[in-house]
Amino acid sequence: MPSANLQNESASFNWFKYASPQAFFPLAGAIAPWFAAFAAVLFVVGLYIGFFVAPTDAQQGESYRIIFIHVPAAWMSMVIYLAMAFWAGIGLAFNTRLSGMMASALAPTGAWFTFIALWTGALWGRPTWGTWWVWDARLTSELLLLFLYFGFMALQAAIDDPRRADKAGAVLALVGVINIPIIYFSVQWWNTLHQGSSVSLKSAPTMAATMFTGMMVMVFACWAYAIAAALWRVRCIILERELRTDWVRAYLGKQT
Amino acid sequence: MLSVMRNVIARDLTLAWRRRADVFVSVLFFVIVASLFPLGIGPEPKLLRVIGPGVVWVAALLASMLALSRLFADDYADGTLEQMLIGATPLSMIVIAKVFAHWIAANLPLVLIAPLLGLQFGLPADALAVLALALALGTPSLSLIGAIGAALTLGLRGGGVLLALLVLPLYAPVLILGSLAVEATATGMTAQPYLLLLAAMSLAALSLAPWAIAAALRISYE
Repeated sequence: MPSANLQNESASFNWFKYASPQAFFPLAGAIAPWFAAFAAVLFVVGLYIGFFVAPTDAQQGESYRIIFIHVPAAWMSMVIYLAMAFWAGIGLAFNTRLSGMMASALAPTGAWFTFIALWTGALWGRPTWGTWWVWDARLTSELLLLFLYFGFMALQAAIDDPRRADKAGAVLALVGVINIPIIYFSVQWWNTLHQGSSVSLKSAPTMAATMFTGMMVMVFACWAYAIAAALWRVRCIILERELRTDWVRAYLGKQT
Repeated sequence: MLSVMRNVIARDLTLAWRRRADVFVSVLFFVIVASLFPLGIGPEPKLLRVIGPGVVWVAALLASMLALSRLFADDYADGTLEQMLIGATPLSMIVIAKVFAHWIAANLPLVLIAPLLGLQFGLPADALAVLALALALGTPSLSLIGAIGAALTLGLRGGGVLLALLVLPLYAPVLILGSLAVEATATGMTAQPYLLLLAAMSLAALSLAPWAIAAALRISYE
């Protein structure tokens, strides 16, 4: 029923329009600065609450304040991997070019958050646990997550044809998503056998309300930052890959 | 379909037998890597007994991974793989046959030689049996997961190192459960839960990985 379809399209807003890189490019350009501004404001507010408003922790003193960066980064590292695998899967299933671009745009941001989570974790571990690194279940699975990100990016970098790179990366990302829970649980069993839970994040005292607010503000700031960064990166990827098309030439001609 | 699978298995095993040297190189690599650890760590028997299960498993993991590049490379080079791709038999079925043959040629020797290495590390007799059993149950999932990586890196520059980066993080659960099984036996506990989990993982890999391998092979040929 082509006529019905046509009618439908004209009557309602067509989301699939933005599956085309050409249509998405200006949209991403329009949204990204808003998310960036949003992220900047939330970072300032969140860090202010975290460093000046939130009370000092009874057990850990001031050193606990790294939680305001550490926990949001750790959450984002996992959320972004899921988002990446989601877009990769969509790209594989519907053969949409933009989905693959989105997946590769998300990967570096996800890897950065994973790295930040590990790094701040080490900085936090030194004063509280007395060591930079523990083979704790969470740390170990976060480290493996970082390797999964690196594997995804290395695979895409090794393939010259962008379409093949997208698809190969998609298969790898989906395999990784199935494996992440298995990795997490196996690491947890391994850890509980090796050492008792002498160091555990669970033993932290219940959080004060201002601490929680500060952390949630930081979480939203990280979300906004991740969205802005991914959109900007996907714009660059679109320009690189569509360089031969007329609209990109026209756009670049207008820029210079 | 089954006759095609049988033929693929017979063909790959024949090829592997004609190139016995490759198999020996894999096994030798396994033995050498495991033997290097005492040299680096020291001959203290108590320490070696503790690290033994993990060392043997890591060495097996590496040996199994190094053999992966042989899995599709020759068929890719001479065009056999392309025929398999366009043939009537479902690619995932052919892939199962190929991985099975590869497991027999590349991993079964490791399973058989592993108790000898365990002996070098002073593991008790029942732990040696569990080591072989755990390897027998765990290596199929290594081959299946590794085959995904081998298919993805087919014909890429720097394929070998890249393969390691893709595959080794995914091997972590097998390594953990495998060495836990041996360790549990060595310290007088039951290895059964770990062995069952290893078997479960291999079965899950058997049901899911062939699709991913087939998809990856098709992507490599685009």
